[in-house]
Amino acid sequence: MQTITTLQAVYNSLEHVMDPEIPVLSVLELGMITDVKVDIEGVHIKMIPTFAACPAVDIIKENIKNAVERDLQMPAFVMVDKEVNWNSNRLTSAAKEKLRDFGIAPPARHEGEVSVDLLIKTTCPHCGSENTYLRSPFGSTLCRALHFCRQCGMMFEQFKPLS
Amino acid sequence: MQLQQAIQELITKMADDELVIGHRNSEWTGLGPVMEEDIAFSSMAQDKIGHAWALYRILHESFGGSDPDQFAFLRNAQDFRCCHFVEMPIGSYEFSLMRHFLFDHAETVRYQSLSGSSFTALQHLAGKVKGELKYHTLHADAWVIQLCTAGADSRQRMQSALDNCFQLAGGIFEPGEGEDLLIAEHIYPGEAALYQQWLNNISPVIEKAGLILPALTAPVYGGRKGQHTQYLQQLLEEMGEVFRLDPEATW
Ligand SMILES: [Zn+2]
Repeated sequence: MQTITTLQAVYNSLEHVMDPEIPVLSVLELGMITDVKVDIEGVHIKMIPTFAACPAVDIIKENIKNAVERDLQMPAFVMVDKEVNWNSNRLTSAAKEKLRDFGIAPPARHEGEVSVDLLIKTTCPHCGSENTYLRSPFGSTLCRALHFCRQCGMMFEQFKPLS
Repeated sequence: MQLQQAIQELITKMADDELVIGHRNSEWTGLGPVMEEDIAFSSMAQDKIGHAWALYRILHESFGGSDPDQFAFLRNAQDFRCCHFVEMPIGSYEFSLMRHFLFDHAETVRYQSLSGSSFTALQHLAGKVKGELKYHTLHADAWVIQLCTAGADSRQRMQSALDNCFQLAGGIFEPGEGEDLLIAEHIYPGEAALYQQWLNNISPVIEKAGLILPALTAPVYGGRKGQHTQYLQQLLEEMGEVFRLDPEATW
């Protein structure tokens, strides 16, 4: 019972660790947490970066450690999980909703492979139109692509689908 | 050559290619022909340098190699194993775009083959990187086709860029000493196989763009043996300058 309570407390704490690049999404909503264990030493958390070259990984690891140690008053150990690779289907539906509200188009679900089709006709997060085109597969951060909406004449970013 | 050493050579040449082309790409920051291209080359630079780091980390963690920062910045030019293609200065936009097109397709083929590697650390990294590389080749293909279909003058410039790049690009596939061992142990399928697959992948785009693929008559080899162009030394000095000021600093 004790452990279950503690695990729940860890997850509660993680809900408040936000991604530095998309501050409306927590590390849980992004699907970055792969394992949480509690033992006599403290809390052991495994996480995975979204993109391999993500410059924020060390900051995120540090933020997770600080939040959990503050909330649970026990040592936390954060490791990058080498067994699992992140892919965009790990985003929760709540996360996709928040992305849209934040002005970023969420990634379409993929079936193991990302094709160009997943990038064209991306729904505009501002007006909901599908009359859009891919302007560049590279946006302001590694995880974003740049689109243009012909309907409302606005440029918008998309969280890229990644297999 | 022992298998362990052959794997390290393979990882070193891949990482050095990525580190050097990453720094070349970053030189486009502020110089791109349009804002999107500025961002694209900066993003790709970040990606490449990130991949180089992941590879240096494998050397460090799996083989007890030196610290990744030290390894990247404090080696002499002759200890680098990058090909001449990535060393060349950025030149014109057409040259850099063509290099990006040829290099990223080569990288895609390499990581795709490594995603089935018997060496777990490489296999895992390849699984991650090959998905991301889709965006690099997507970007390259789109721009190559767009510029080649934007008029005769533009197409001619792209053809010259391809002609200038092709023998250099052949140097990516310079055969290595321990290759037979790597093939036998299913680490990867070897350079000749990668070269064939690369040709298969770039040909449809070349055709669609209306370009003529030159014959690979004299691939520029030497980089994998530590023989380099004068440009590498200059680049290493620039890259290492900040680092050498304080090698103990954490990044
Ligand atoms: Zn719109």
